[in-house]
Amino acid sequence: MAEVLVYVDHVDGAVRKPTLELLTLARRVGEPVAVALGPGAEATAATLAEHGATRVLTADAAEFADYLVVPKVDALQAAYESVSPAAVLVPSSAEGKEIAARLAVRIGSGIITDAIDIEAGDEGPVATQSVFAAAFTTKSRVSKGTPVITVKPNSAPVEAAPAAGAVEALAVSFSDKATGTKVVSRTPRESTGRPELTEAAIVVSGGRGVNGAENFALIEGLADSLGAAVGASRAAVDAGWYPHTSQVGQTGKSVSPQLYVATGISGAIQHRAGMQTSKTIVAINKDPEAPIFDLVDYGVVGDLFEVVPQLTDEIKSRKG
Amino acid sequence: MSLRIVVCVKYVPDATGDRHFADDLTVDRDDVDGLLSELDEYAVEQALQIADEADDAEITVLTVGPEDAKDALRKALSMGADKAVHVEDDDLHGTDVMGTSLVLAKAIEKTGYDLVICGMASTDGVMGVLPAILAERLGVPQVTLLSEVSVEDGVVKGRRDGDAATEQLEASLPAVVSVTDQSGEARYPSFKGIMAAKKKPVESLDLDDLDIDADEVGLEGAWTKVDSAAERPARTAGTIVKDEGEGGKQLAQFLASQKFI
Ligand SMILES: Cc1cc2nc3c(=O)[nH]c(=O)nc-3n(C[C@H](O)[C@H](O)[C@@H](O)COP(=O)(O)OP(=O)(O)OC[C@H]3O[C@@H](n4cnc5c(N)ncnc54)[C@H](O)[C@@H]3O)c2cc1C
Ligand SMILES: Cc1cc2nc3c(=O)[nH]c(=O)nc-3n(C[C@H](O)[C@H](O)[C@H](O)COP(=O)(O)OP(=O)(O)OC[C@H]3O[C@@H](n4cnc5c(N)ncnc54)[C@H](O)[C@@H]3O)c2cc1C
Repeated sequence: MAEVLVYVDHVDGAVRKPTLELLTLARRVGEPVAVALGPGAEATAATLAEHGATRVLTADAAEFADYLVVPKVDALQAAYESVSPAAVLVPSSAEGKEIAARLAVRIGSGIITDAIDIEAGDEGPVATQSVFAAAFTTKSRVSKGTPVITVKPNSAPVEAAPAAGAVEALAVSFSDKATGTKVVSRTPRESTGRPELTEAAIVVSGGRGVNGAENFALIEGLADSLGAAVGASRAAVDAGWYPHTSQVGQTGKSVSPQLYVATGISGAIQHRAGMQTSKTIVAINKDPEAPIFDLVDYGVVGDLFEVVPQLTDEIKSRKG
Repeated sequence: MSLRIVVCVKYVPDATGDRHFADDLTVDRDDVDGLLSELDEYAVEQALQIADEADDAEITVLTVGPEDAKDALRKALSMGADKAVHVEDDDLHGTDVMGTSLVLAKAIEKTGYDLVICGMASTDGVMGVLPAILAERLGVPQVTLLSEVSVEDGVVKGRRDGDAATEQLEASLPAVVSVTDQSGEARYPSFKGIMAAKKKPVESLDLDDLDIDADEVGLEGAWTKVDSAAERPARTAGTIVKDEGEGGKQLAQFLASQKFI
């Protein structure tokens, strides 16, 4: 069976969930060979093997952290050349997409970004995309070269499928462009202790209706009662009430959780672009005409300052 | 020495309009009004600010698109860019990101540049990869997804807010930059700017001018193929209740029925 390269997104050896989802999709089109780079790369092997990686190619060098994107492209290209895979799959993070795109030009291949599903087809993998703010669903293929496809979080179930996961060192020689963009400093984002926004099964978001940074405590309270991540609309972020990294929408994060709760959010097209593929959508808004109500499975027309605390209390008491 | 800035701007169908696909599965551009991608206004804005700080700078706005794409160039010129380049050719219909980036790279080389500035993503394709591909093709550093950017003494510096960390980046010119919508509100064209834009030069180039063969671009030359596009079925109407004191409890009941609690 043909091999498929899977680029591993990990933090010091802890594999992030979208990569495990990719392994599920990769098994539909071939045998997954994982590529893990940077500090802790080898530590990823056990998890990757448990989820179907037949081999784990690893490399670590200072270049990966000290320079932007290109060193990782060099490494993925080295893996591509040694494996000759049937496809290359990369998680759709901002960095993942840039790595995938540069690899695609180098190896003379087309690229599909932000796939939400992949199936095997007669002429290679077929990718499903959700486009125009999720108004259309397309099926596309890469028709030239080796398909390079990036996949959004929450696109496939994480399934255990034990495989060998043998660790092999990947030899990488960096191109002269590798050191072009220096990372002068890096400040890791502080953990909120809540689930990662793009990976969370439940997301509770607040918009302009929340009316103040201090009131976001209400949204956080609801989120914590559900074990959810907290999101925000651009209006709330621009007002400085919540960090930009929590923005959901076209220019923020795109989320696809099992449950999305929109509170005090009108549902502008750019916001919908980032949440419309959520499985179940719930909204609390005092305006019965708010466009968000066109999307909901359940909506409450009401003042969030009344509804949210009652909801939070009710959830807590039901959970005991 | 003059700083030559090229800003890549895309003409896109209005996101608030009824965007859809034509029979050949390319974007239908006839039925929906087009405009300068709002995210590229941020790129124009940063170019104007960088030019203001430089001793001497010239801003060229560049687009690859159909006849109407001139509207996008006019908007950018009325914001304050100096001149425009429009790559237009019937054979470009249906070009994917590999073809588009090839055309842009050749046009940028022909125009001459020290700094290329792009938006973070288009508002139609939303791939967010074109700037990285452009850097690869031009063989210069990529300094992308910046929420702050400055240029001094031939060095571009910027701040990139990533998923896991905020990074400060630095590269020597020539370079390709992309800026996010956090980089600073874009200015509105003034009346004076709109009048002045009418007199600014717009150069038209076709594939011959760029030594690109028709089969390297367009639907035939695309490296990807769309097999089908289906409109997402309308959501079945949900239950909507008015809060009369029990709204929170009713919602909790719904969430419990769906096994979320
Ligand atoms: C719904 C949809 C889905 C698509 N999916 C794919 C796909 O999976 N694979 C694929 O290869 N192509 C795809 N395309 C085509 C692709 O979007 C375009 O070919 C293209 O112009 C580059 O991608 P982008 O517009 O998404 O650019 P992005 O990478 O999102 O754009 C970033 C920046 O690049 C600059 N830029 C982009 N296009 C132009 C232009 N024409 N002129 C000047 N500057 C420009 C702008 O500064 C812009 O802000 C898709 C198009 C649509 C409409
Ligand atoms: C290029 C571009 C990119 C963009 N990207 C994004 C993006 O990524 N994400 C995003 O969210 N937006 C984005 N936007 C902005 C978007 O167009 C909207 O402006 C934004 O989503 C509005 O946020 P909102 O719904 O919180 O605010 P509003 O539209 O002002 O809505 C607030 C809502 O709260 C309700 N409300 C007020 N008080 C209460 C109360 N006490 N109880 C209950 N309800 C109440 C109101 O009825 C109203 O419906 C983008 C725009 C552009 C042009």
